[in-house]
Amino acid sequence: MKKPSQFDAIVVGAGPAGNACAYTMAKAGLKVLQIERGEYPGSKNVQGAILYSKALEEIIPDFRDDAPLERHIIEQRMWLLDDNSFVGTHVRSEDYNKPPYNRYTIIRAQFDKWFSSKVREAGALLICETTVNHLIMDGDQVVGVQCDRENGDVYADVVVLADGVNSTLARKAGFHPEIPAGNVALAVKEILFMPEETIRQRFNVGEESGVVMELVGRITDGMVGTGFLYTNKESLTIGVGCMLSDFTKNPNRTSPYTLLEQMKRHPSIAPLIEGGEMKEYCAHLIPEGGFHSIPKVYGNGWMIVGDSGGFVNSAHREGSNLAMTTGRLAAETVIKAKAADRGYRADSLFAYKNALDASFVMKDMHKYRDLPSVLHKNPQFFTSYPDMVAKAARTMITVDGVDKKTKEREIFANLRQTRTLTGLVGDAYKLWKAIR
Amino acid sequence: MHIVVCIKQVPDSAQIRVHPVTNTIMRQGVPAIVNPYDLFSLEEALRLKDKFGGKVTVLCMGPPQAEEALRKCISYGADDAVLVTDRAFAGADTLATSYALAAGVRQIAKEQAVDIVFTGKQTIDGDTAQVGPGIAKRMGLQLLTYVSRIVETDLQGQTITVERRAEGGVQLLKTALPCLITMLENTNELRFAGLPAMIHAAAYPVRKWNKEEAGIEDLEKIGLKGSPTVVSKVFGPSPRSQKPEMLDLSTSNLRDVSLNLLQKVFTRHPTLEADLLMKEMS
Amino acid sequence: MSETPTPSAAPAKRPAGRGRNLELSDALKAYKGVWVFIEHDRGHVHSVSWELVGEARKLADKLGCAVAVVVLGGPDEALEKFANEAFTYGADKAYIVHDPVLKGYRNEPFTKGLTDLVNKYQPEILLLGATSMGRDLAGSVATTLLTGLTADCTELNIDPATRALAATRPTFGGSLYCTIMTLAYRPQMATVRPRVMLMPKADASRTGEIVHDTLGMVETQIVTKLLDFIADAQSNKINLPYADVIVSGGKGLKTPENFKLVFELARVLGGEVGATRPCVQAGWVEADRQVGQTGKTVRPKLYIAAGISGAVQHRVGMEASDVIIAINTDANAPIFDIAHYGIVGNAMQVLPALTQAFAAHFAQRSRKVA
Repeated sequence: MKKPSQFDAIVVGAGPAGNACAYTMAKAGLKVLQIERGEYPGSKNVQGAILYSKALEEIIPDFRDDAPLERHIIEQRMWLLDDNSFVGTHVRSEDYNKPPYNRYTIIRAQFDKWFSSKVREAGALLICETTVNHLIMDGDQVVGVQCDRENGDVYADVVVLADGVNSTLARKAGFHPEIPAGNVALAVKEILFMPEETIRQRFNVGEESGVVMELVGRITDGMVGTGFLYTNKESLTIGVGCMLSDFTKNPNRTSPYTLLEQMKRHPSIAPLIEGGEMKEYCAHLIPEGGFHSIPKVYGNGWMIVGDSGGFVNSAHREGSNLAMTTGRLAAETVIKAKAADRGYRADSLFAYKNALDASFVMKDMHKYRDLPSVLHKNPQFFTSYPDMVAKAARTMITVDGVDKKTKEREIFANLRQTRTLTGLVGDAYKLWKAIR
Repeated sequence: MHIVVCIKQVPDSAQIRVHPVTNTIMRQGVPAIVNPYDLFSLEEALRLKDKFGGKVTVLCMGPPQAEEALRKCISYGADDAVLVTDRAFAGADTLATSYALAAGVRQIAKEQAVDIVFTGKQTIDGDTAQVGPGIAKRMGLQLLTYVSRIVETDLQGQTITVERRAEGGVQLLKTALPCLITMLENTNELRFAGLPAMIHAAAYPVRKWNKEEAGIEDLEKIGLKGSPTVVSKVFGPSPRSQKPEMLDLSTSNLRDVSLNLLQKVFTRHPTLEADLLMKEMS
Repeated sequence: MSETPTPSAAPAKRPAGRGRNLELSDALKAYKGVWVFIEHDRGHVHSVSWELVGEARKLADKLGCAVAVVVLGGPDEALEKFANEAFTYGADKAYIVHDPVLKGYRNEPFTKGLTDLVNKYQPEILLLGATSMGRDLAGSVATTLLTGLTADCTELNIDPATRALAATRPTFGGSLYCTIMTLAYRPQMATVRPRVMLMPKADASRTGEIVHDTLGMVETQIVTKLLDFIADAQSNKINLPYADVIVSGGKGLKTPENFKLVFELARVLGGEVGATRPCVQAGWVEADRQVGQTGKTVRPKLYIAAGISGAVQHRVGMEASDVIIAINTDANAPIFDIAHYGIVGNAMQVLPALTQAFAAHFAQRSRKVA
């Protein structure tokens, strides 16, 4: 028997996606209940911590007034590392140093707390330390959720699932199958405390500006993955992540933590983190299956946003902006449906999918749809290539009396020997195909 | 029956970290919780309400965010919540705090007479255990601290009998209501909040009183002005000059390492060896 | 020897007034003397009172004043004997009040007794043990006298510039220390936990002056009645603060069953068993075994920490131990920062090995002696 709705919408989860969704709906005057499993919003969330302003601007235009922001990013470094060297690109521009800033480093725990306070200010009700066990169905329609507390049933017109990468609710309800391990990455990160002055000098930044580094190569021990290093106000965030299936298949049985320790000892990285005191360590799963692993994201009385929908663009390390945007789009769908009194079945909520397709979210996910499988099937990108590139660079740069033409020949000979000409051409084609 | 429970919102000290370089407290990201000791008092108050009927009001003096702590108490079953919050209270030590809370309780009592005031035994961020006794003194209430069990409550006769933990034993005390009680830890187990209570608490309009509404009569007695104690400095512990002597298990077996450790310890601390031998022989 | 916090030698700066009174009035300047409240129960003085007399002596010597003790009790209690013992530990004077209503501790008569004496004889410093009785009494007395009270102090000093009591205590869960002073009010009150201060040496030749006073209160005036006192069963008594040897276990032991390895080593060493707060909260051992900020402060001659990470809340309870041996699988565990000896290994294996080694060693030595 269907009980009357106590709320217009229930949002499961208080991470970036859930907060964006709850905020947008509450601001529009809807009665929203948000249910978070952790002790406080963000307690179950982990992120290397980059905030993409655009996505948040569309939700809270004046977020810069009081949001806890670490440093605005003025330089991006991309390094290809072999065992003891790196070849890299740095992009820095004074344009990035002019407000309004495009990207910031943030500390996830503080940011989520702030965002959540905004959600509550907007009028949504938040309860924490409560886990949603099941969706309540009335026939084929979701009409509420059942929680792990006494008298734990609560009813709403629509339920938005923002419950993260470990989400089981949609799967339990039969909306989609289990996410295979190949579609998930396991990332570990540490926050190392470092005085502001040291960060400024070491990374050549000002008091409020910062650097973001993306690292690829031997640091992932032949597995598909990347490392990263971000500068916060008084700390560095350093981490590495690989596909979960790779960890299980790795012949060295390298654990994620060992991988991180090795990376920290790399001769190019160690001096950057020298003196930093490790004060926080955490691990998290990141959906990395890309476009092909996105499940059905709407149905009768329900929608999925954020990580639980696999909305992560691993090529560009974007996840939280997709989370916030999908949260917002889902909210707007509910608001419009309520206003038009269209009901909340699939024939009304399909507008969410349309909005997703029209936005950068699905466009980017589609563009990089083949990247995960290409990388997965071509580990040479994480092993031979870093070695080759590093060797080539060293050969070229070292001044040792050998003439440049001979050096060039040496480099090409080495490349061909490692990959063969066909291999090289094939790799280039595969990579191009994967990102076009 | 009307019971007032005074609570405090404190940073979860188990998660507080000190910046290794600047020695400042890193409060960011440390969740604020209801002082754990207060919860034993809250549970006891709720049990009395279950038994005798009536109302439990929770009271807190703190900054605006302390509202969260009061909501938590509502979710467990408290009926009403009052936050006494005002810039003027900032910097209060325990004497100034007990003055403000006593005033708050008096205001609450004006609406409905109060039978018992509960406070926590102590706070995890101050550990002084002074505010409960302070409120009792100021309000002329009988004080019962370290209560391990409420034996009998006689509402008609307005008396209460409790067991109080003392050194080496338990005192059986009987006194008149109204009184102030601080519960010993681990004397009861806090109930779980059901979902309706959680939702009710999330929506509950916590009452907020500034210093006038709280009935503060003498402004010299609150906040920094009303605090006789002054923090003259805060400092980090000086680092140990000596590193520990580490015994390596990778090169020798456990038995040898153990024997080696004993050798080292006893050679350097001969009196220790003598003491242990004495124990052994006795 | 572990490091106690050492504030800089320079006197503490006078903090900014911000509108409040930090000047001592002339009337209050006349308050002299360091007092200790003597806690006793059924014929026995709690050791913390003697530890405080020892501390009071040091403070009084710096101030050039006298140490007095306050002893309140029933008509037939041996209060004069306690006073004489106090003199051997360094007290100069004892204020004694015998009264039927003071037999057995109750807040009302004891608060009146102590505050009346303070108002009459005007000490500048009043110290109490941070025990069940001490905390109950201190809060009431401080509020009655409207003066400052600093609780659970780890160190007491005299600030040379102001001649005020500088009381140091841990703050923020024990990660930092703060020094607190009561500049404009008297007496300056402080409580100290048992075993934080050293037990002083008794000098049997020392004597002092006893002053008797009266309470001026009758039973009918006192609302709270003490109906009975139920003593704890002696056999179950765990006396952690005064144990010479303590073997402690933490969550690194993984299961409550593994605690028997801790008990075994303690048995061989003739010591007590301690535990960290998480173990107590998980119900693995009794609450009386908890060592740390919200548990007991201990200073044994030997402290062995097994499977304990060494979080500050635990550390502050045991860092004054003479010899600390730590066993942990994590080489970076903070316990190694304060240990004298460390083994990076699995406590479940190391504990039995140590137990065997100690047992064998003692067996060998006692054979030699025999």
